[in-house]
Amino acid sequence: MKPGKNEIHPKAPGRQENAGLSFHSWRILCACATLRALYIFSVLSITFILSVDAMAQPSGEEILQRVDANMTSDSKILTSKMIIHGRRASRTIESKSYIEGTNKSFTEYLSPPREAGTKMLKLADQLWTYSPQTDRTILISGHMLRQSVMGSDLSYEDMMEDPKLVNLYDAERVGEETLVDRPCWIVGLTAKTADIAYQSRKIWVDKERYVLMKEERYAKSGKLLKTTTINNVELKSGRWVATSVTFKDQLQSGQGTEFILQDIQFNAPIPDYIFTKASLRK
Amino acid sequence: MIIPKLAIRNLLGAGVRTWLNVIVLSIAFFAIVFMQGLYIGMNEQARDALIDTYYGGGQYWQKNYDPFDPFALEDSHAPVPGELQQLVDAGQATPILMVQATSFPSGRIVPAMLIGISPEQQVINIPADVLKRESDAIPALIGTRMAKSARLNSGDYLTIRWRDANGTYDAADVQIVHIMQTTVEVIDAGKVWIPLETLQQVASMPNEATIVVTAKNYTQATTPEGWNFKNHDFLLADLKALVKQKTVGASILYVMLLFLGMLAIFDTQVLSIFRRQKEIGTLIALGMTRSKVIRLFTLEGALHGLLAAVVGFMWGSPLLWLMAKNGWPMPEYGDDFGMALGEAIYPMYTGGLILGTTILVLFAVTIVSFLPTRRIAKLRPTDALRGKRA
Repeated sequence: MKPGKNEIHPKAPGRQENAGLSFHSWRILCACATLRALYIFSVLSITFILSVDAMAQPSGEEILQRVDANMTSDSKILTSKMIIHGRRASRTIESKSYIEGTNKSFTEYLSPPREAGTKMLKLADQLWTYSPQTDRTILISGHMLRQSVMGSDLSYEDMMEDPKLVNLYDAERVGEETLVDRPCWIVGLTAKTADIAYQSRKIWVDKERYVLMKEERYAKSGKLLKTTTINNVELKSGRWVATSVTFKDQLQSGQGTEFILQDIQFNAPIPDYIFTKASLRK
Repeated sequence: MIIPKLAIRNLLGAGVRTWLNVIVLSIAFFAIVFMQGLYIGMNEQARDALIDTYYGGGQYWQKNYDPFDPFALEDSHAPVPGELQQLVDAGQATPILMVQATSFPSGRIVPAMLIGISPEQQVINIPADVLKRESDAIPALIGTRMAKSARLNSGDYLTIRWRDANGTYDAADVQIVHIMQTTVEVIDAGKVWIPLETLQQVASMPNEATIVVTAKNYTQATTPEGWNFKNHDFLLADLKALVKQKTVGASILYVMLLFLGMLAIFDTQVLSIFRRQKEIGTLIALGMTRSKVIRLFTLEGALHGLLAAVVGFMWGSPLLWLMAKNGWPMPEYGDDFGMALGEAIYPMYTGGLILGTTILVLFAVTIVSFLPTRRIAKLRPTDALRGKRA
C-alpha cells in the first residue's frame, strides 16, 4: 500500500520523513522552534540581567562601610542648632562642635544665654560637662548617661556611641524604598555583641549618596524606641551631609528634637588644647 | 504635818486664782501627753507597717545595693546564694529584684523602678498574688501614689523601658492588674511590681535578686558571701531619727504652754509673798523657821502641779481615750511627713509617758514655786509684821 499524502513513510530516513509535510505544518514547526529559542534567550537574558544586577547591588556590610566612610572624617568643625519641641513651647540651642576621629569631641553651647558657656568634652568612653552657673565640671557616667541632653530626645549615651556602625552591627540589605524622592536601600542591623544599647536597628541609605535618610532603633523585644528622620541633605565641602534631622523618642509624646546643621568644615585643623579638660573652663 | 495642811488650806483659800493656774497647767499637761502619745503612735504605726510590708524580720542586701544611690543599682544584683535559697524554699524569705526603668504613661516620662516579686510569696504583706492573673501584657501591681502620679487606673496599659544586665534597651507594655492601698511609701511611689521570673528573664538576670526579705520571726543565722544582713535597728534608724526630729519640733508647742503655766505660778508666788508678808512675819514670830516658811510656800506652788495633774486627768482622759480609739485623722497630704502614715494616727499613751510627764510638770512647778520664796529668807520678822519689804 502506498503511503498517503500526510503520512510519514515508516522506512524513510529523517529528512525524507519530513519531505511529505505540508507548508502549514512547516510553519507551525518553525513558529514552535522560534518560540522555544525566544524562551531560552529570554530566560538566559533575565538570569544574566539578574546576576549582573545582583553583582551591582552592594551587600549590607558594604553599604554600612560606605555610610561610615561618608560620615566620618579626620576632623570636623560644625555649628548647629537644636530645636527641642516641648509640650508647651520649643527651645532653640545653638552650639559649636569640634570633632576629631571617633574618640574626641568638644561642644560649646552658644545660645540661649541660659545655656551659653555650657561645654561638653568626650574623650574615648568618658564624657564631662561644664556648667558656668556652678563653675563645676562633672563626669557623666553610669546612670547619668541615660539622661536627656538639654531636655532633648537624645541621651548622653546616644552621643557617646561609636559612630562607626560597622564596628557594632552585622548588616543585611532587606529592601528598598524611596524617601524624599531619593531611592534608598533598607538595611537591617543586628548587634554583634549583647552589650550594645540597641540590639537592632533599621537604616534607610541613599543608594547614590550613601547618606542615612532614616533610622529606627529597636528594643530587645522589638519595640520601636527612637527614630531619626533626615529632612534635608546638602553637598558641603564635597560631601553629602544631612543638614536637617529630626530625632524622636517614640515612647514619648511630642514632636521630637530637630537638629539643623548651619556650617561644617571637614578636615579642619583643631588645636590639641581643645580636647583637654582645661578647655572646659576657658 | 502642819506644812502640808497649811499649804492645802491656803491653796484652796486662794479660790479662782488657784483654779485659773491649775487649768492652764492642766492644758499644758494634756498637750504634752497628747502630742507625745501621737508621736509614739505614729512611730509604732509606721514601724509595724514597714515591717509588715517590706522589712520583714530583716533583709539581706546584695553587697552593692544602696537605696540612696541610684547609680549603684545597676550593679546590685546577684544569684541568690544557697543558704538564702533554702530559706526561700522553706517559705522563710522571698527574693526581690530591682531594675531601674522609665515609664511612659500617656507619652509622659515618669521614672519608675521595676520590682520583681514572686506571686506565691507569703513573707511580706503585699497582694503579690494578683500577679498570677491572666493578662495579654505583663501583669503589674502599683500603689495608690504611683497610680496618682502616673494617672493610672486598674486595667490600664503602661509602656516601660529598662536596660538589661548587658545594658541593652528593652521595652514592653505592662497591664495594671491591681492598685494597692498602702501607707508604706517605699513600696509605692515610683514602684511597679511584676512577677519575679518575668523580670529575671527580661532583664537577663536569671535566678538573681537585689534583696532577700526574711519572715518577721527570722533571726540572723547566716551571712552569705557578697550579701549583708540588715536588721531592724539599721532599717528603722531613719524612721526613728525622723520621729525624734518631729517630736523635738512639736515639743516647742508644749514647752510654750508649760512656760505660760510656769509664768502664772511664778507670778502667783511673787504676789503671795508680797501680799502675805504679815502672815510670813507672824509665822516666823510664832517660831516657824524661815526654811519651813519657804517649804510652805514652795509646797503651795507645787500643789498647783498636782492639782493640774488631777484636773487634767479628769477632763483630759476621756478625750485621750476617744483619740486613741478613733485616731487622729490625717489629711490627704499626710504623705508629706515622709513616713508610713495611714488615714488616721492612733496615739499611744504609755505608763512611762504619763509618769514622766507628771514628774516633769511637778518638777518644773516646784522649781518655779521655789524661786520667788528665796526672798523670804531675807525678811526680818519685825519688818514683815509691819508689812515692810526687805
